[in-house]
Amino acid sequence: MIDLVYWAATFALGCFVIGLAFAALRLLRGPTAPDRVLALDTMYVNGMLILLVLGLQFGSALYFDIALLIAMFGFVGSVAMAKFLLRGEVIEP
Amino acid sequence: MTATLPLWVSIPVALLLVISGLITLTGSLGLLRLPTFYARIHAPTLGNTLGVFCVLVASILVSSTLEQRVVVHQLVITMLLVITSPVTAMLLMRAAIRRKAKVEEPQDDESPLEPPPAA
Repeated sequence: MIDLVYWAATFALGCFVIGLAFAALRLLRGPTAPDRVLALDTMYVNGMLILLVLGLQFGSALYFDIALLIAMFGFVGSVAMAKFLLRGEVIEP
Repeated sequence: MTATLPLWVSIPVALLLVISGLITLTGSLGLLRLPTFYARIHAPTLGNTLGVFCVLVASILVSSTLEQRVVVHQLVITMLLVITSPVTAMLLMRAAIRRKAKVEEPQDDESPLEPPPAA
């Protein structure tokens, strides 16, 4: 049963890459600034999913740590940009 | 690496991976295709969170089977994403509402300290 998981992971990778392309298109085209921030957040999550499925396919535990770091820093970046859009500055005195 | 997986593990893992791919693709397609921002924010928030959940359950199944014990360190990412994804969505939604209100009434509080010009 090598092929079942392998081809499912390949299919999921293709779906994530297409989703990444859609999010990048929205990032380039988005009419307002919150649209672009949302598209960047979606790109973070899609990249994290790609790394997780690659780690599952290659059997390496290193990809998990990279995915955890991407999830954390994606959240921090999205919250910082949303705070900037909300208040005009990130860290208020 | 997947050569040692038995059949009763590899079928649910493959199903979870395919479902996660389809759900995430749906979420990103909704981000691209929906008309307004308020409709657009729902698709990636819901779709990507469910996609991450399915991939992490598949990953837990694979590593638990390969190491012959229960491996749950993938739950860290799940908890992180389940907590942080609604926070990001709420902050972005509030930012969009605030900015739209500011655009609609631009000269409401332009210079409140300045006295009105005496005619």
